[in-house]
Amino acid sequence: MTRVWIWADVAPDGVAPSAFELATKARAVGGDVGAVALGPGASEAVEALGDHGATLVYTSDDERLVEPTSRVAAHTLAALVAEHAPDVVLFPSSYRGRDVAGRLQGVTGSTLMANAVDLPSADRARAEILGGTTIVEVALEGPRPHLVMMRPRSFEPDAVGGTAEAVAVDVVDPPGGSSEVRVLERTETAASGPSLDGAKVVLAGGRGLGGPDGFRLLEELAAAIGDTAIGASRAAVDAGWVPYAMQIGQTGATVKPEVYLAAGISGALQHAVGMKGSRRIVAITKDPEAPILKLADLGVVGDLFHVLPAVTEEVRRRTGR
Amino acid sequence: MNIAVLVKWVPEPQGTPSLGPDHLLVRKGADGALDPGDEYGLERSLQLVERDGGEVSVVSMGPEVALAAVQRGLAMGASRGVLVTDDALRGADTLVTARVLASALRSAEPDLVVAAVESTDGYTGTLPITLAELLGLPSVTFATSFDVDGAELRAERQTAAGTEAVACSLPALVTVTTGVAEPRYPSLKGVMAAKSKPVDRPSLTDLGLGEDDVRPAQRVVSAEAAPAKTGGRVIEAGPDAAAEIADLLAEARVI
Repeated sequence: MTRVWIWADVAPDGVAPSAFELATKARAVGGDVGAVALGPGASEAVEALGDHGATLVYTSDDERLVEPTSRVAAHTLAALVAEHAPDVVLFPSSYRGRDVAGRLQGVTGSTLMANAVDLPSADRARAEILGGTTIVEVALEGPRPHLVMMRPRSFEPDAVGGTAEAVAVDVVDPPGGSSEVRVLERTETAASGPSLDGAKVVLAGGRGLGGPDGFRLLEELAAAIGDTAIGASRAAVDAGWVPYAMQIGQTGATVKPEVYLAAGISGALQHAVGMKGSRRIVAITKDPEAPILKLADLGVVGDLFHVLPAVTEEVRRRTGR
Repeated sequence: MNIAVLVKWVPEPQGTPSLGPDHLLVRKGADGALDPGDEYGLERSLQLVERDGGEVSVVSMGPEVALAAVQRGLAMGASRGVLVTDDALRGADTLVTARVLASALRSAEPDLVVAAVESTDGYTGTLPITLAELLGLPSVTFATSFDVDGAELRAERQTAAGTEAVACSLPALVTVTTGVAEPRYPSLKGVMAAKSKPVDRPSLTDLGLGEDDVRPAQRVVSAEAAPAKTGGRVIEAGPDAAAEIADLLAEARVI
């Protein structure tokens, strides 16, 4: 029987939703779903992972597993993989997912498929390439387990109400020791307002907003609509206008709200993959050639500094807020 | 201090890339350039050696046309280039690429390996980390700034929760976002000088790699067009634009 494992991103404040998406898919591919949860928060994650179909959860709450290089986690996972021989291991396209999967590939010599959107079997993955214009099916060969990194929100999580057995894991130190990168300081970006994950409406700003002040126009519109989160393109984040937590795209969040409004975003590939699954897409841009207009249900070509306040005023008029 | 910057030739970012009959990206005859994402880490590396002394090399694997990307790096100020080209590498997956680059870097023994967080065409974002594992190096990913102080790397990095300031001793590998530096344009003098800078072209045999080491374990078996979006409307920003957007919000039942 096919043995599918998933990597669960865990933290003291809970399990990342990606783990439930992966567990749901893993269940559909093979009968026996193992989840690997390494780091503080792992033991608390067992119940929720079982609820989503994991039958076994390999856990350790050891702090060393979350050191910045992910070497300890990767070598610990490599030892588990060598012992239990899963056919495929699914990873989320997250910071830790990338680091652990990338390191693991170097240890095991098995192939790593990134940006997958589906897994027809343990030997096949499907991925969107060329900016989402083409879907390819890829045969996975070479030594097992095949490593597959899934795009977020490729599957709807489905709770089946099962229970998982927790298996305690011994931390494996990589060759040459583990404490190579020291964390001098950690700053958490305070989240404010509705999260990008759950909001019905997402307003995102890019380079066209001209600076951090431009985001105020989005905040005003968000307040008028309600249940609205604010996001940003990589250009706006890299320019330091807004924190990384707001980034939407390949290297940020993937969102699928009812309405997505992009202001001053060209819609490069990097951004498109994070938002094109939105139910309705509105784009405001001064560039009539911007790729985002091809994704938009409604594209408005013009000056966003005029259009956005006018929309805010119109929404206020209709809602009385 | 010796810094090796990984660079990649990518199909022209503004162009329309296509797949050939073998389901691989058409690279021959396609317009292409140095991946713009690679210029940020290269710029920062050049700044560091200009301040502290040392040398920057640009290291790449790719088809013959990729020489243009290496030369762009040299024109910006790198001292030497390495380009590994071989027909057997067509369709290489990230593991094969990491093995080739690891072999090319092993003999150079750089103090620091710098790479972009991800390429602009493939977006896999795992190659540098696999490379770090093969080389036995510590890695700092998603750096928004980095500096070298003696034999120590210091960096600020993005994490899912916020930011981290980290430090580690060299040698090390760092992957960088576009925030680390504003890339310079190569000067005419730089472009001319690039032509006489050494570019090492090792063969797979030179690198000690055999057929088994470079056999990709991913094979595209079919390709189809993704369902295209239809029915979108584009309007000029006029007096009705705000009302049209509000109508859409109302249709979606969010106001």
